[in-house]
Amino acid sequence: MIDTPHQERHTISIIVDNEAGVLARVIGLFAGRGYNIEHLTVAPVDLEGNESRITVVTTGTRKIIEQIKAQLDRLVPVHRVGDLTDEGPSVERELALVKVTGDKQQRLEAIRVAEAFRARRVDSTPNSFVFEVTGKSEKIKAFIELMSELGLEEVVRTGVAALHRGKKVL
Amino acid sequence: MSSKALTGAAIIVKSLEDLGVDVIFGYPGGAVLPIYDELHEHSKITHVLVRHEQAAVHAAEGYARSTGKPGVVLVTSGPGATNAVTGLADAMLDSIPVVCLTGQVPVQLIGTDAFQEADTVGITRHCTKHNYLVRKSDDVSAVIHEAFHVATTGRPGPVVVDIPKDVQILTSDKIHNGPIEHRSYRPAFKGDDAAIKKAVELLAKAKKPIFYTGGGVINSGPKASDLLRKLVRLTGAPITSTLMGLGAYPASDPLFLGMLGMHGTFEANHAMHDCDVMVCVGARFDDRVTGRIDSFAPKSKKIHIDIDRSSINKIVHVEVPVVGDVAAVLEVFLKFWKKGKHKLDNAALKKWWGEINENRKRYCLAYPKRRDVIMPQYACERLQELTKEKDVYFTTEVGQHQMWAAQFLKFEKPNRWMTSGGLGTMGYGFPAAIGVQMAHPKALVIDVAGEASIQMNIQELSTVMQYGLPVKVFILNNQYMGMVRQWQDLNHEGRYSNSYTASLPDFVKLAESYGATGLMCEHPDDLDATILKMMEIDGPVIVDCRVEKLANCFPMIPSGAAHNEMILPDEDEIKEFEGGATLV
Ligand SMILES: Cc1ncc(C[n+]2csc(CCOP(=O)(O)OP(=O)(O)O)c2C)c(N)n1
Ligand SMILES: [Mg+2]
Repeated sequence: MIDTPHQERHTISIIVDNEAGVLARVIGLFAGRGYNIEHLTVAPVDLEGNESRITVVTTGTRKIIEQIKAQLDRLVPVHRVGDLTDEGPSVERELALVKVTGDKQQRLEAIRVAEAFRARRVDSTPNSFVFEVTGKSEKIKAFIELMSELGLEEVVRTGVAALHRGKKVL
Repeated sequence: MSSKALTGAAIIVKSLEDLGVDVIFGYPGGAVLPIYDELHEHSKITHVLVRHEQAAVHAAEGYARSTGKPGVVLVTSGPGATNAVTGLADAMLDSIPVVCLTGQVPVQLIGTDAFQEADTVGITRHCTKHNYLVRKSDDVSAVIHEAFHVATTGRPGPVVVDIPKDVQILTSDKIHNGPIEHRSYRPAFKGDDAAIKKAVELLAKAKKPIFYTGGGVINSGPKASDLLRKLVRLTGAPITSTLMGLGAYPASDPLFLGMLGMHGTFEANHAMHDCDVMVCVGARFDDRVTGRIDSFAPKSKKIHIDIDRSSINKIVHVEVPVVGDVAAVLEVFLKFWKKGKHKLDNAALKKWWGEINENRKRYCLAYPKRRDVIMPQYACERLQELTKEKDVYFTTEVGQHQMWAAQFLKFEKPNRWMTSGGLGTMGYGFPAAIGVQMAHPKALVIDVAGEASIQMNIQELSTVMQYGLPVKVFILNNQYMGMVRQWQDLNHEGRYSNSYTASLPDFVKLAESYGATGLMCEHPDDLDATILKMMEIDGPVIVDCRVEKLANCFPMIPSGAAHNEMILPDEDEIKEFEGGATLV
């Protein structure tokens, strides 16, 4: 693997045994070896709750990305490591809740933008809304940027969730 | 799976027994008393009471490295566990199989800052291959079996099993038996045949090949060393070894160029620099080996055989990676080599050896043959000469003496040399020697030490006395933290900040105060007699060997330099003492 000088952004999926401390092991590996974490999501994904799927969006040179995968792979409770960026097409989605406050004109404008982004109003009071928006990270970012002109108060994002397209599984 | 109910502590000891453990190195405390109660007058397991938990781990490492079996440690919670951390980190960096059982406060008290509570699993996460907190007596047996499995398979390493006190007291009838079927852990073993074939073809075309081998060969077991010898001799290519790999290939063999790296030989480092095909076997391109990375073996194509995929392409880009156990891979490699009737280009090989032999004539390990004072290199040479017929194991501390030992002792077999390579832990050698001696009671076990390092675990004199372990500590006493002083010479214009070891104890009296023998040697003429006496004495001995204070260890690749930019010993100084002229 010849190293590239430039930074690549990769979405890495990790299936782990859902045991105590497993997340600390994964995050600790990134912290201890100085790797980046841009996004992190984790939750159990089988019915029994035995396995969790961790999705990490990270950046690094090609050599670092390969090293991250190899290091993750040797953690004892790790079942599988996949690189969704490398291994063919994938779908990536993120969900954000966005709170805006404001008066009449701003409210109308916020609703209009939300409709354009197919964001749902999941909470509303006479002077506030909470919108739920899903999509690629860039879409979420664009939505938040527009809302920052329209009384943006607070944002929470889930981080990226991703799967291979088609029949392919990790 | 089920039998009559036992306490967690009894299950622990039974599991260790079932796993064939015969020695444990440990230190008691409140959180492990139930286990100690089980060990009381136990017939099959000998417990060696060390005097500091760090020493317990190093002793377990010495046991493991000299036998190939995992070393076992037992310590209490809190300070017992934190004292063990240095040893665990040492075993981690050198890939040594160790299972360390730590006591923990009762489950209900975890997280309350209870007396002698430490987050052992949190603290040791980064310095173990894996660790466990056992929350139920039902799990104890399976976890211990799994811990041994993880510690000893794949790339070996230390594993911690943290066991709360109530888990040791409560009962269970679950005793694990049989192999481990792990849910996620699948270490590589067999290499990929296609990759090995590619490797064989690459090596077959080489004009300037070299084998660069490391601790992975030793860890893979004696069969790996055997196969390596066969392969290297079949090809006729030169071979060099890391500090960790010494003994995997016999030092006396003419194909062996000596150790490589920062204090490796001129011929080995130049051969690495000039080679066109490098076969790296169970080594990991450590910065102490490669020197400046952008001018490391610039004309070479590389084959890397390693059991750990993350070692490959970590530091250096390689053309042909082979992930697998060294012995398993070399076996197939040899088969393909023979089947393909491969042979290295004879004329090219001859030329290559011509270049190497030219470099050998630099006698890079030469030193002034002084007659007025013991040169540390001379002491190591005499140690080698006078022990070579013996069943001998060497350990070291860390510093110049360690490098001189590596340069001048000649290892013919694997598992005979234990030194702290990756972590460079002063205080390693003496407790490691205890572990070696426990495994090989009749053998001659020598710790080549520095006067500074030995003080880091000197309390273990008490342990060797208690168990009648005839460990020999041979101190190359230069009254300096020599390696620190050497770097201060090279990089800090000789400002010896805090590197003089002032207020040294009288090592002879110190030994005697424990009931051991102390010997002192100050003159080259007395050296042989002292070494022979040390070997004759049937018990622990400390030799205070006073050596030249200001000798530096050469050759050396200064940090940040390349393999072909070595500093060689000062020829004028060597010439001055040629023919044994005395300086008065
Ligand atoms: C625990 C620890 N602390 C500090 C060091 C840094 N260090 C490396 S070599 C050395 C000096 C060792 O002195 P001595 O044992 O007398 O050996 P010498 O170099 O003189 O042979 C020191 C302080 C280390 N390797 N380990
Ligand atoms: Mg010294």
